[in-house]
Parts: sequence; C-alpha cells; structure tokens
Amino acid sequence: MSQSPKTLFQKIWDAHVVAEEPGAPAVLYIDLHLVHEVTSPQAFAVLKERGLKVRRPDRTVATMDHSIPTRGGYEAADEMGRIQLRLLESNCQAHGIRMYGLDSVQRGIVHVIGPEQGFTQPGMTIVCGDSHTSTHGAFGSLGFGIGTSEVGHVLATQCLLQRKPRTCEVRVDGQLRPGVTAKDIILAVLAKIGVGGGTGHVFEYTGSAIRSLDMEGRMTVCNMSIEGGARAGMVAPDDRTFQFVAGREFAPKGAAWDRAVARWRQLPTDPGATFDKTVTLDASRLEPMVTFGTNPGQGVAITQPLPTPASLSDPNERAGLEKSLAYMKFEPGKPILGQPVDVVFLGSCTNSRLVDLRAAAQLLRGRKVAANVRMMVVPGSQSVKQAAESEGLDRVFKEAGADWREAGCSMCIAMNGDQLSPGQLAVSTSNRNFEGRQGKGGRTVLASPLTAVAAAVAGRIADPRALLS
Amino acid sequence: MSAPKFTTLTARCVVLPVMDVDTDQIIPARFLKVTDKKGLGEKLFCDWRYRDDGSPNPDFVLNRPESQGARILVAGHNFGCGSSREHAPWALVGWGLQAVISTLFADIFKGNSLKNGLLPIEIAPAAHAALVAARTQNPQLPVTVDLHAQTVAWPGQAPLQFPIDPFSRTCLLEGVDELGYLQKFTPQAEAYEAAHA
Ligand code: SF4
Repeated sequence: MSQSPKTLFQKIWDAHVVAEEPGAPAVLYIDLHLVHEVTSPQAFAVLKERGLKVRRPDRTVATMDHSIPTRGGYEAADEMGRIQLRLLESNCQAHGIRMYGLDSVQRGIVHVIGPEQGFTQPGMTIVCGDSHTSTHGAFGSLGFGIGTSEVGHVLATQCLLQRKPRTCEVRVDGQLRPGVTAKDIILAVLAKIGVGGGTGHVFEYTGSAIRSLDMEGRMTVCNMSIEGGARAGMVAPDDRTFQFVAGREFAPKGAAWDRAVARWRQLPTDPGATFDKTVTLDASRLEPMVTFGTNPGQGVAITQPLPTPASLSDPNERAGLEKSLAYMKFEPGKPILGQPVDVVFLGSCTNSRLVDLRAAAQLLRGRKVAANVRMMVVPGSQSVKQAAESEGLDRVFKEAGADWREAGCSMCIAMNGDQLSPGQLAVSTSNRNFEGRQGKGGRTVLASPLTAVAAAVAGRIADPRALLS
Repeated sequence: MSAPKFTTLTARCVVLPVMDVDTDQIIPARFLKVTDKKGLGEKLFCDWRYRDDGSPNPDFVLNRPESQGARILVAGHNFGCGSSREHAPWALVGWGLQAVISTLFADIFKGNSLKNGLLPIEIAPAAHAALVAARTQNPQLPVTVDLHAQTVAWPGQAPLQFPIDPFSRTCLLEGVDELGYLQKFTPQAEAYEAAHA
C-alpha cells in the first residue's frame, strides 16, 4: 500500500477527524482536555444553562494553578480568587472530573502535570483553555489552546470545530555551546520570526539540536510556539519520549504499552513530506538570549547592544520599538548587560521542571543572591517541589537567599498576589514580557534559568557563562 | 439557544494603530478572576486607559469625546496575540465594539471574536493606512461593513473585500449556535470512540 508522505501533524489530524461537512471546519476528536480555574467557569455555566453533562469526564483533567497562592493556602487568596477556586471544585465534583486541588500532592501548572502524570502521550489531540497547551507537542502530540466557548464545546461533545492550519518546519541543527539552553533556542527563533511569524501555522521542530534536547528542553521550546503566533509546536516522538512516558501513572501498561509504542513509532514525519514553510537556525552559533522589549519576539544575544529604532525603515515597527524601549526604560544602542535587576523569577510552565531547578541550583550552589535582588523559585508542580526537596535543591536556593514556594503560575501571570511593583525589573524564566504581565508597571526580561541565576547573583543582567567552570 | 448575529454595520471607528497588541493589554490578567462576563468592558485596555490614580487618561483614544459611540476598532498588525483568554473579546464587546479592522489577527483571538459576534476584518496594509488617514481627516468617518457581501467601505473608498471562512460567515449571518451544530455529530463521535476503543 503506497501512501503519499505525511507530516507528524497531518497524521494526527487525519486520525482525529470525526466528520467534515462541505464548507465547514472539521469536527476533530479530542483525546485529552485539561481544565483550570480561570478559563472554565463560563464554560461550565453554559453546560448548566443547557442542561448538558460533561460527555467524557474520563478524558478531562482539572488542576488549580493560575490564581492559587504559593504560600498560605486558600486563606491567602483574595475573595474573587477563592470563589473561582471553589467553583472549579464544585464543577468538577458535579461532573465527575478528576481534579488536583489545593491539597493534592500532584497539583501543579496544567502543562507541567499533564506530562508528569502520564496523561500527555504521543499522537494525542490535547486542548486546554490556555495558549501554552502547545507545550504538550513536545511528545509528538497535537496540543493547542482554545477559548472558553470552545472549552464548553469540548466539555459537552469531546469534539472541536477546527480549520486545518498550515505547517511550518523549524529546523535547528548544530550543537549548543555550554551555558546555552533550550530556552535560548526558542528565544532566538522568536527573535528571528517575530511574534506574528507563525500565525496560521503549526510548528514542527526538527534538526539535530532539537533531537539532542531532553524532554524538558523540548517542552520549553514547544511551550513558546504560541509566542511566535503558532497555536501548536511539535517534536516527533523518539526513544527519549517513550522513556519519559513509561511507567507514569496514566501511561499504558503491559501489552497495551507495547501496542502504544508500536503505534507511536509510526508518527514521525515521513521522508519526502513537505511543509508550507521552513525556518532554520544554527544552534552552534547561539549565545544566551534575553528579551529587551514588551513582546517575546524582541530578543537579543546577551552580549549584543539594544537595537535602535532609527535603524528601522517601517514606521509602524519603529514606533513599536520606541514604545517598547520607553516602557522598559532601556536606551537604544546601549548594552543590556549590566542593567540593574530587582527581581528574579524562576518558574512557569516554560522552565519550572526538576531539570530546570537542578540546572539553576547547580549554578547557584555556594553563591548568594545579590542584596538588591528578590529571587523567587516556584516549582511547576508539588511533585517537582517534593523531588527537588528530596535532592536538597530547596536548601541551595534558601541558603543563597531565594524564596522557595509552593507550586503554581505565580509571578508568570501575577494573578495570585505574587507580582512586581511598578517600575521593577525582573529577569524571568517565564514566557511573556508584555507590559504589566508580571504586575502593573513591572518590566520583564525573559531568559533561561541559567541567565536568571546569573542575574540574581550579579544583581544585574549578566552572562551565565562567566559562572561556568 | 441564541447565538450572536452580524449582518451589516455602519458606525464610527476608534484608531489604535499599535502593533502586536496582546490580550494582556486588552484585558489585564488581574481581571480574569470573574466567573461570568460582566463588567469587563469597563476594564478594557485598563492600564492604558486609566492613570495610576484611577482617573481616565485623556490622551488614550477610548477616552476622547469622538470615540464615544464608536463601534469599530481600527487596530495595528497582529492584534490579539498572546493568551487565549476569551475575556478579550468579551471586554471589547462589553465596551460596545462590534468589529475590529487590522492587517493581521492572532489565531485564537480571531476564533474567540467570531464566537462573540465581534467581526475581525483583515485588510491589506495599504487599505489600512488609507483608512487611518481618512479617519484622521474626519473623526466622524462612517465605516460600513457588509458581512453578506464581505466588504468594508468608507467615504472615498469603494467596497473592499475581506476574507472570512464560509462557516463563520454563515454562523454570524444566521445566528447559528456552534455548540448546537457540534452536538449533531454525537453519533459520529460515538462511532469514532467505538472504533478507537
Ligand atoms: S505558568 Fe504562566 S504561561 Fe504557564 S499556564 Fe501558568 S500563567 Fe500560563
């Protein structure tokens, strides 16, 4: 049987089309629906209004992450936050949905616990009312963010109306140099294509540099696909993927595991399959990256000077850059190295997994957080927290003077009281540096965990390679 | 169930030509603790619209007298990027907007808008620049949108075609309820599940 070669995306898409009427988008089956407190209340309300049940509670998993306090439990939440959290509890209870509540030892950021508990598996369609659902694509699944209306659609029908996106190969070859990480790869991709560059597309990350990343690194890369405008980012599954999934609580077991792996091995893009577009990047030339502006596409190598608006010919782009630099209080043409830092945030669904904390702790060990800096370390899940503590990583952070917290989104989105004060500059391992994202008037520089530690130690933006030896 | 409808609209517009406006600017995350859709219009563009003391910033476009009663937002390239929050179109609609004109919309924002009767209209950069110029000359400039014909026009500009996928267009013209539409496929979903069990 000969078939035309297909991409990873195309295979998963084709395998999930339930129906397609002429002139209408495809009805796509959803294997896994992740739910959190912020984007679900109005969707559950629609179900209630219409007297509908959740069609497949067994394919639905809920967690609390966005507005939960990272210290002090429920009592520390404000009233609206508490109402939202309680509402998620009662909605999940009413519909028989598994929920990792505040007391759960497995609770955590939705995109951390999906893979951690083995819910996330190759070949799946995965959605969540959250744009960073792209993270799950690291496993060779199709994961993308949806709006609250669509959350309601999936709760009620386990299906979603979807127009087929175009595909874009993001090919990253070459070997990363010491001190340069997965985060720097994706920040460099974004600096190259801009925040709208992937609109209408699904990314597939290929190339030797992506292959050599561990699963956590692949998650970091896929996580920020949405920052390039792509709703999903994927990496073809390989032995490293299967090893990561094997043995996790919700992963297939025994004979079912063998059958699953045999199926998953068919997923990678066939030789000769084509993409609508290709972007390439040489990993061997990369340096640690930082953002300097108010969108994640505004990034530079840490040794480079800040860009100058005068060098841009497009008036809209020039105005955009001027506005960003003015907000950040950065002077065009000046180095970004040495800019004083007030806060360092190590956390978020981009970089809060055990390997991220390990890498950061290794660099921080025996060093101190500078006196002018407040450093917050927020594990991605309570399981990560526990594992880190059993390795003694918490002690490294605490002894250096950092604050060690309970799991959650925390200062990535500043909904729970963890936030910047107006004017403060943070070096943050999260994914968004939009104006006010980490607190009204706060300024955010996105970077890798290593660069974040270097900034914490120096009290200013610093090259992490100086600390390696 | 009643779904939002859109057929034609003639209205004044507000111009916010900033590139890459993200949904955190449209509605900051601290307002996402609501469990309904009420009151979001008052928080639309909150951190640009109000000063630190809570008073309206007179320089911000939504606060200008000629913006009151406008129903169309003329926005910059890549409008609505960032988070998937549907609170963004809820806030825009809550303020009274019914259409947004730009040269590019972020995917999730576009989908969310269509589901809330907020029509995202993509036009070419030259046409967009012409619209901004015409609006600068005449703050009362009436802009006419005809979804049936898929056109947008203003004085001095013959009707311009804009793209919209046919399904979304039908849904808006006829007020089709998407969830209702999806529910019709339950038998197919059941067959799919049986085949993949
Ligand atoms: S950590 Fe940040 S980006 Fe990730 S899910 Fe939470 S709020 Fe969203």
